Amino acid sequence: MTGRFTTRAPRGEGYQGYRVWSRKISTLIVSGLSHVGQKRGLVRFGVTRTCYAYPAMSLVCFSDVQKIYRSLQGADDVAVEHFSVEIEAGEFFCLLGPSGCGKTTVLKMLAGFEHPTAGQILMEGRPVAGASRDRGVVFQGDDSLFGWLSAVENVEFGLRMRGIARVERRERAMRYLELVGLKGQPQKYPAELSGGMKQRIQIARALVNEPTMLLMDEPFAALDAQTRALMQEELARIWRATRTTVFFITHDIDEAVTLGTRIGVMRAGPRSRVKGVLDVALNGARDRTDDVFLRYYKQVHEMIRDEVAKSIARVD
Amino acid sequence: MPRRLWSLYGGYALGFVSLFVLWHLASVYLVSSVLFPPPVVVFRKGVVLVRNGVLFEHLWASVQRILAGFIAGSLLGIPIGLAMGSFRPVRKVLEPYTEFLRFIPAVAMITVAVIWFGIGEASKIFLIIYTTIFIVILNTAAGVSAIAPNKIRAAQALGATRAQIFVHVALPATVPYILTGMRLAMGNSFTTIVAAELIAANEGLGKMLWDGRMFMLVDDIFVSLVCLGLLGFAVDRMFRWSIYTFAGKYSPAT
Repeated sequence: MTGRFTTRAPRGEGYQGYRVWSRKISTLIVSGLSHVGQKRGLVRFGVTRTCYAYPAMSLVCFSDVQKIYRSLQGADDVAVEHFSVEIEAGEFFCLLGPSGCGKTTVLKMLAGFEHPTAGQILMEGRPVAGASRDRGVVFQGDDSLFGWLSAVENVEFGLRMRGIARVERRERAMRYLELVGLKGQPQKYPAELSGGMKQRIQIARALVNEPTMLLMDEPFAALDAQTRALMQEELARIWRATRTTVFFITHDIDEAVTLGTRIGVMRAGPRSRVKGVLDVALNGARDRTDDVFLRYYKQVHEMIRDEVAKSIARVD
Repeated sequence: MPRRLWSLYGGYALGFVSLFVLWHLASVYLVSSVLFPPPVVVFRKGVVLVRNGVLFEHLWASVQRILAGFIAGSLLGIPIGLAMGSFRPVRKVLEPYTEFLRFIPAVAMITVAVIWFGIGEASKIFLIIYTTIFIVILNTAAGVSAIAPNKIRAAQALGATRAQIFVHVALPATVPYILTGMRLAMGNSFTTIVAAELIAANEGLGKMLWDGRMFMLVDDIFVSLVCLGLLGFAVDRMFRWSIYTFAGKYSPAT
């Protein structure tokens, strides 16, 4: 096409007319696109997901998110693809999936530690750009704790970075230590505390910042069975007390049914995405021997069974 | 309390006593030569040298040089190491320097140092800086890259800025590595200062050794050797203690 970028002598009237028309047409196209854009629709490969403008819709909206990890060996690794899900304010959303399916990748993208290679993640209607204190994170291991700070100093960290005065931040940190049941030993260092206590510090450290939502990456996976059950009860209590939105990652069906108000089940990786989402209407009564609990357990188990088999087959 | 003291230092005391007993046995019954004096003779000579102030003069000269060079080398090395560990371009640019120069031992640089700075204090301090700086840089940079990524992520999610993460996370997490680097550098400083003083100096423990050889003052040589050993041991304990105190808390892993 000759035109804008050629430096030849100006042409006649007809050509000028073409330029005017082309501008009008492009204006039309742009305005048309912006109408579509108000719904923030994304159509790709026949999969359609729509995130409406906040606050009409959910707190968090993943639409067609894809994450490719560049591999040094040459073949790129597509961790998740067409990942779409919405998280409502105030809910306890459990993302359940077999190991290696990209659950943690999803959390890292929502936390802002990593960026999607395609698609978008909206929080309160705005795209997620980098980490921020409106999304508190609780990590699986204890390597995120600041080993040189005592329990209460760890909890204070966020407040200290914001420049809140010592007396006030100590008082607020102590309140959250009490909430997580660690009031007794605020001066101990992480190395002196048990695994369960360290996770409590992490939870208090995230909550003291009063985040819009709490992201938890298999926080109890490294704990022994009894401590884990206790921590699940504690977390359910904390959630009921604060009503902070929780995005909780787990590979444990029992844990998901115990804690979640909704459970998203993921396909086996690579190219993982959400297989289905299940509402858990247990109204807080999470008795593991209850018939309703078992019914949900079975339902989730059916959804995930094949995926686990697939993921194991791929590993072999 | 005495029991506690015994459990803490009893082993050391026993070790030292056995060292002197072995030395005594070896010099009196095995060698029995004036060239290998027993510890009692060395101790007496040491008392004489302390009384007339000669020992202190030499000791202080060496300690002063070590301290000046060691502190200057650490103060230069720590920020360079931090920068190399934190920023890849800085690492790329500076690595040729560190990787090239750290294989040239400070002892080999004595000649150059004497030519450049003469036989005064400047050449000694230059050599100690030289022997300190690369070890401190390497350990500091290694410490920065050993920080658990989740620590940085946690700080980000708690709202810390880049500068705050550097000051409040990267720096404290690197402290044990910095101290380890300084501890190793201190050991090297002892080697270097003695070598430098052997070749060109007016006082210092190395000079004392050299004079001892020249005038066949074997006892003086041994006093100087014992001083070096004790001094090194004391300084190293100090570093180990501070690493232990900090590392309990400042461990980068937990």
